[in-house]
Amino acid sequence: MGLKIDLETCIGCGACVSACPFGALSQRADAKVEVNEACTACGACIEVCPVGALSMEVVEKKEAAGSLDAYRGVWVFAEQRGGKLQEVAFELLGEGRVLADKLGVELCAVLLGHGVKSCAATLFEHGADKIYVVDHPALAVYTAEPYAEAMSALIRKHKPEVVLAGATSIGRGFIARVAIQVKTGLTADCTELDVDADKRLLLQTRPAFGGNIMACIICPDHRPQMATVRPKVFKHPSPVAGRSGALVEEKLDLKDPAVKVLEIVNAMQNEVNVAGAEFIVTGGRGMGAPENFKLLAELAEALGGAAVGASRAAVDAGWISSFHQVGQTGKTVRPKIYIACGVSGQIQHLVGMNSSDTIIAINKDPDAPIFGVADIGIVGDLFHVVPELIKALKR
Amino acid sequence: MHIVVCAKQVPNTTQVRINPETNTLVRDGVESILNPFDENALEMALQLKEKHPGTKITVLTMGPPQAAEILKEAVGRGADAVVLLCDRAFAGSDTWATSYALSIAIGKLEKPDLVLFGKQAIDGDTAQVGPGVADWLGIPCIAYARKVEIADGQATVERTYEDGYEKLEVALPCALTVVKEANVPRMASLRGKMAAKKLNIVPLTAEASGADPAHLGLNASPTRVVKIFSPPPKTGGVKWQGEDPAAMAQKLVDLLRERKLV
Amino acid sequence: MAELNYGLSELALEIRGMVREFAESRVKPVRAELDETGHFPTDILRELGKMDLMGLYIPVEYGGTFEGDSMPNLIAVEELSRICIGVSVSYAASGLGADPILIGGSAEQKKKFLAPLASGEKWAAYALTEPNAGSDAGSIRTTAVKKGDKYVLNGTKQWITNGGEADIYTVFAVTDKNRGARGVSCFIVEKGTPGFTFGKKENKLGIRASATRELIFEDCEVPAANLIGREGTGFIWAMKTFDVSRPGIAAQAVGLAQGALDEAVMYAKVREQFGKPIIANQGLSWMLADMATKVETARALTYAVVKSIDAGVKDISKFSAMCKVYASDIAMQVTTDAVQVFGGYGYMKEYPVEKMMRDAKILQIYEGTNQIQRDIIGMALNKEYAAVAKP
Repeated sequence: MGLKIDLETCIGCGACVSACPFGALSQRADAKVEVNEACTACGACIEVCPVGALSMEVVEKKEAAGSLDAYRGVWVFAEQRGGKLQEVAFELLGEGRVLADKLGVELCAVLLGHGVKSCAATLFEHGADKIYVVDHPALAVYTAEPYAEAMSALIRKHKPEVVLAGATSIGRGFIARVAIQVKTGLTADCTELDVDADKRLLLQTRPAFGGNIMACIICPDHRPQMATVRPKVFKHPSPVAGRSGALVEEKLDLKDPAVKVLEIVNAMQNEVNVAGAEFIVTGGRGMGAPENFKLLAELAEALGGAAVGASRAAVDAGWISSFHQVGQTGKTVRPKIYIACGVSGQIQHLVGMNSSDTIIAINKDPDAPIFGVADIGIVGDLFHVVPELIKALKR
Repeated sequence: MHIVVCAKQVPNTTQVRINPETNTLVRDGVESILNPFDENALEMALQLKEKHPGTKITVLTMGPPQAAEILKEAVGRGADAVVLLCDRAFAGSDTWATSYALSIAIGKLEKPDLVLFGKQAIDGDTAQVGPGVADWLGIPCIAYARKVEIADGQATVERTYEDGYEKLEVALPCALTVVKEANVPRMASLRGKMAAKKLNIVPLTAEASGADPAHLGLNASPTRVVKIFSPPPKTGGVKWQGEDPAAMAQKLVDLLRERKLV
Repeated sequence: MAELNYGLSELALEIRGMVREFAESRVKPVRAELDETGHFPTDILRELGKMDLMGLYIPVEYGGTFEGDSMPNLIAVEELSRICIGVSVSYAASGLGADPILIGGSAEQKKKFLAPLASGEKWAAYALTEPNAGSDAGSIRTTAVKKGDKYVLNGTKQWITNGGEADIYTVFAVTDKNRGARGVSCFIVEKGTPGFTFGKKENKLGIRASATRELIFEDCEVPAANLIGREGTGFIWAMKTFDVSRPGIAAQAVGLAQGALDEAVMYAKVREQFGKPIIANQGLSWMLADMATKVETARALTYAVVKSIDAGVKDISKFSAMCKVYASDIAMQVTTDAVQVFGGYGYMKEYPVEKMMRDAKILQIYEGTNQIQRDIIGMALNKEYAAVAKP
């Protein structure tokens, strides 16, 4: 099992050692290669070996393909908070529709909550053929355990082949438990999905290594194939007014929630949230000090109510709260205009904003990586350029 | 109280660069570190220990023999015991198999009151192992915790979400995954470092852990990586340089208005 | 970066790594702010305490980690100084305040006062200077009059580093004004003792993170058990303290100069003029070469003096004075040159070198001005050569 090294063939060139993203390969005293426990079986080394000394040995699963055939349909977790469907639910319906059509199956939405049936109509209009609703007091406010219990029960009963959830604090919080409970694979935070219609495989592509590499992942021998999907990478589909489908209400006997919600505090109540904003003005390390974010707030106002974002460097420096963070460990955004001020453009940041429609970068350093993704780059001191920009917008 | 902190040794991904000619990862000179979010989890445990004397902290990792380094770092900061789960049989584990293996190792320890994880590892970024282990252990898990207080066998937890935070209450034992804003991790103390140097870490093998061999490593992992590639290099648009800031600002606003963006 | 080994112990090397990382990650991000606001680095010292780094000079039996090797403490001072001497002086001044107890204190005094210093719970300060007693330390006017099992202190101390922040003060006062320097005694005075108050915090040119205050004693009653040694031995403790503390000032100077060199070289490599990095100009690279050579020479001398103290070499005053005077003079030169390397940018507060230059000046002044140091060296030469001089 795992990576197999043919030592007879290995010429000790070391090409695979530097190709391994996980540092799992090293050269022995005789220059030949050995593999350690850090190997994730990603296969990056196999492609670079000039002599074909590396191969992946996988034990074929005995579970007959027939048992997998019992699973059909694409499911989307319709995330809601306080009875309000979250944007990511619509994005998943849009992408789920495409996948379901390629597989020739139904697209189903799973709606968990208490008193949330009114959400159904809009889910149909956005592409769902069928909706499974579990209406239960234990699901009134999200906590991971009852959500996982309900989802697992539905999966066991109806056997979907694909299950998608948003890579949000809710989606990522409970779906990992579901994967353990139904014993299947789960791929986190995907940014691209496709299907191999012949093999009925979901091709799940996601950034790893802080966004430095992309990995394509499959789940060949287990069903359903589950993935969380990063918000904002798929577009909100156009609704079809009056479109309808089957509403299936499931009665489940759920355990009392282990976790009690005492209070929910919305810290972004009085601020424009970067997550859904059409205009974002982001500050990075170049902001220099917390008080300088006032300048960005002014620019945001001049743009007619833009959201203020921040790079990890600015958040780590304590200049602004983490709710404003854009990037790999923050939020992914897709605004019409993204203005990056004093942001160098580390890959961690770029993966969170590079699908914005128009990217404008203002930075002193002409070699800053941010200019590599910017549609319009302005080389200059943000403290000189931004005030002029505010003036020009007000004219 | 017994707190188990699960940690991972990761490459410092902020140091990783892409070779623009070959479009492949440049790993040279990239150091291996204790996953930064796991540092926050460990710090949360250490602060709880300061508030609740008599608390024992065990740090558990699964990885190659070199991963003992992060366990030594943890002891340097004040962890009381460490476990290195290390065996070729674990190689290629995805989050499903990793969660299983960690849960088995935890099952061999004194029953924990609290199991802490970083919110995610910076190499894989999955955020799945914490909730996964909790499920194997059959305990509740609160993901993205930034604050915890323990009293009378209950944990009061602040859990962050996209727009703010929730205040939650749960009976112990439970698991938490910890976000960065929870704390500023301390650095190892001199006496801690000295103790860590003397530490002889005996790896816990798959067989000794009592894990079911059918649940381990690549073969037990439902997911497969079929391809790894570098994201296509982005090419930028226009770049204005060396002009008067006011002129560049006006030019930008004119352009945005022309495209009807503002 | 290539570094000389100097035969450092494993512990000293460990400390070098720990404090270097600490200074980079904890001190560097806040040094400009501390300089601007003049806030005392309380959190930084607390964290150093948690890391067992406040007791490097205190013997193991009193809760520290000292076992005969003074280099770990010296290197901790040097590495903190590399990033900010405003922070390092606050750290080192606590050790200075503890030195009279270490040198002349009884076992009971050591047990009582050194343990909380070693754990970092408390900090110390050294109080000798007065408005009219600077370099002429023998002319102090603060008095201590015995009354039963107490001494009553009256007078004012000036420019006391860690004043107001420290909990334990070693205070020099006159117990017999007819005996001059031999009438001076040293007392341990705890913060909060009735009659002991603080004057305003001074607004300084440099080392602005450090707290410099007046100590005011008005009928302040101190237990007689807090007298260090016998009455009249204070000046001995003061001078012996300086013998071992002056290399600490030298370590600050070496660290500060190294920090300025680091900044200057890195800047010279990236700053381009006339199409090439400025380090490619021979005039500038020779300047950097001289700076680097001065730093290493000062380090070598300082380490040599400290190792000789550990080895028990007598008559160390001359050498302690030499490393203090030399290292602080080159620190002033190197920081000034670093500003020059940065050109106009170096004069701006956006870059750290102007602060380093402001900070450097104090090193030529405190713990005995460099003129006093040269006096000490000169007097020692005069005395030593008296024996060999032919008429």
